[in-house]
Amino acid sequence: MQTRIPASFSVIEDKEKTTLVCSGSWTIEYLHEVAEALEGLHPRSNVIWDIAAISDIDSSGVALWHMSNEAFKCQGYHYSTINAREEYTHLYRLLYPEPLHQEPPRTYPSWIYIIGQASYRIYTRLLSFLAFFGEAFVIFFYTLRYPHLIRYRSIGAHILETGARALPIIAISAFLIGVVVAYQSVVQLQKFGADIFIVDMIGISLTRELAPLITAIVVAGRSGSAFTAQIGAMKMTQEIDAMKTMGFDPFTFLVWPRVIALMIVMPLLIFFADMVGILGGMVIAATQSHLSFTEFLHRLQGALALKHYLIGIAKGPFFAFLIAFVGTYRGFQVSMNTESIGQYTTKSVVNAIFLVIACDALFSVLLTELKL
Amino acid sequence: MSSIALEVRDVSTSFGENLIHDRISCTVYQNEIYALLGGSGSGKSTLMREMILLERPDSGTIRIFGQDLSTITPIEALKLRRSWGVLFQSGALFSSLTVGENIALLYKEYTDLPPNLIQELVNLKINLVGLPLHAKHLYPSELSGGMVKRAALARALALDPKLLFLDEPTSGLDPLSARQFDELILQLRDLLGLTVIMVTHDLDTIHHIIDRFTLLGNKKAIAEGTLKEVLQVDHPIIDYFFQKGSHGITR
Repeated sequence: MQTRIPASFSVIEDKEKTTLVCSGSWTIEYLHEVAEALEGLHPRSNVIWDIAAISDIDSSGVALWHMSNEAFKCQGYHYSTINAREEYTHLYRLLYPEPLHQEPPRTYPSWIYIIGQASYRIYTRLLSFLAFFGEAFVIFFYTLRYPHLIRYRSIGAHILETGARALPIIAISAFLIGVVVAYQSVVQLQKFGADIFIVDMIGISLTRELAPLITAIVVAGRSGSAFTAQIGAMKMTQEIDAMKTMGFDPFTFLVWPRVIALMIVMPLLIFFADMVGILGGMVIAATQSHLSFTEFLHRLQGALALKHYLIGIAKGPFFAFLIAFVGTYRGFQVSMNTESIGQYTTKSVVNAIFLVIACDALFSVLLTELKL
Repeated sequence: MSSIALEVRDVSTSFGENLIHDRISCTVYQNEIYALLGGSGSGKSTLMREMILLERPDSGTIRIFGQDLSTITPIEALKLRRSWGVLFQSGALFSSLTVGENIALLYKEYTDLPPNLIQELVNLKINLVGLPLHAKHLYPSELSGGMVKRAALARALALDPKLLFLDEPTSGLDPLSARQFDELILQLRDLLGLTVIMVTHDLDTIHHIIDRFTLLGNKKAIAEGTLKEVLQVDHPIIDYFFQKGSHGITR
């Protein structure tokens, strides 16, 4: 390949005309400097391009030439080109077959329009959520009438995936929460010589509040996000459309198996978290305050009323419902671009965790008012 | 004949146990429109992927502009990648960017041209491939199949490549659009001095714009040359592929 010299031009001005004598390679790599120079050029008479000496030109060179001419025209000068080789003319004809349509200037809407549009968007989103919710329940009651439509196998697979496979991470999280609560309590309780109350502390706070919450957060991050990503990817590859055309209802095939599986699995996971969390507390009680396992368990039987444990477990299906529903709903919202999968997966986890905490607060208030 | 743009010598490829290419050779000269033909699963797409550095053959050499792809350094590879444009079968436009941004991305990454010149170039390329100008602000998901192809071609042409790889450019287009697309490629070749290498199944494309081609089949390159030359050869795969006799294609 021949060596190329960067594009350049020199200006020769006389009374009637400004001549731009161009040379070098007017191609994309070598164009940067002349582009800036031409932008700053303000001729005082009609312009003549002499392009005899340029070695080659590509579409960016032609575009620059064209743009400069537009600018000259705006300033009220004519332009012409001399010594153009035939192939340059052909290239120009190809690139600018007719005057390109000028882009209409973009108009910016008024603030009232923007507010209106935003409100309308929120309104349509609410409607779409209600439509999703409504359709899901129509299908739910329909499958109750025809129970053979229930996808037991799929529910089983989701129980394995969201339940059994989540055990290790839930064990670690719950154990550490038990350790943290026990550690903090031991220090405070020892000041009053009330070491023994650590059992009440751990027993009640874990089973009633902390274990359900931690489990829900782990499950939202682990399974809620997976639901969104799985369904979102299926939507992008048109698998969901394909299912619909074959008469497979996405709610019976995708939504309810996940929701039901998670609702079955969640109380079991909370029970598991209770056990491991209390174990964590017991280990700290034994090492920090010399309370043996036997003593701890003996005290626990008296301190931990059954209702605390039951309330904790009972929260499970509610949390599970929220997580699974938000996860699947967000999955169906994914549109045809790759970015939206990430966007909606994030949204699904954030919404699920928020809803779980809000639901927990509601339980707290409600149950306290009911004196439970 | 002009000088060689791309040369494949004795390339063999296998995926695990499955042999795809058995010592394939072919030569593409500068400024020609060259096609890789063959039935489904004949390894023509794989061969193209090897040419554009997405895959590596097990043995054999591929040279582009004299550069051996098996011993290429990362810097040379980048230079080579900037000198070609690739049109994927499904377009492969970045779905989170508009058509205009898809094209402008290359200018922004690889040149330091002023923004208004970049916009002018984007308009130019969009116009060049026959898209309406308002398509610039659309996202790929809002385009029809034919428009996606055109937008992807505009992106492939952004840096004025010397070499253009097209993977089934006319598949999914209606016959009229397909002929227009062929015409466009022909014009671009003539005016921009491109070398075009394509994988295609479209018999009309083969008839009208292809200069030379290689027919792959049975893991080998069965024949190479112009349509006339290849039709002289007696081989069952050639007969089958061009449906000799049944569709009025005769020697």
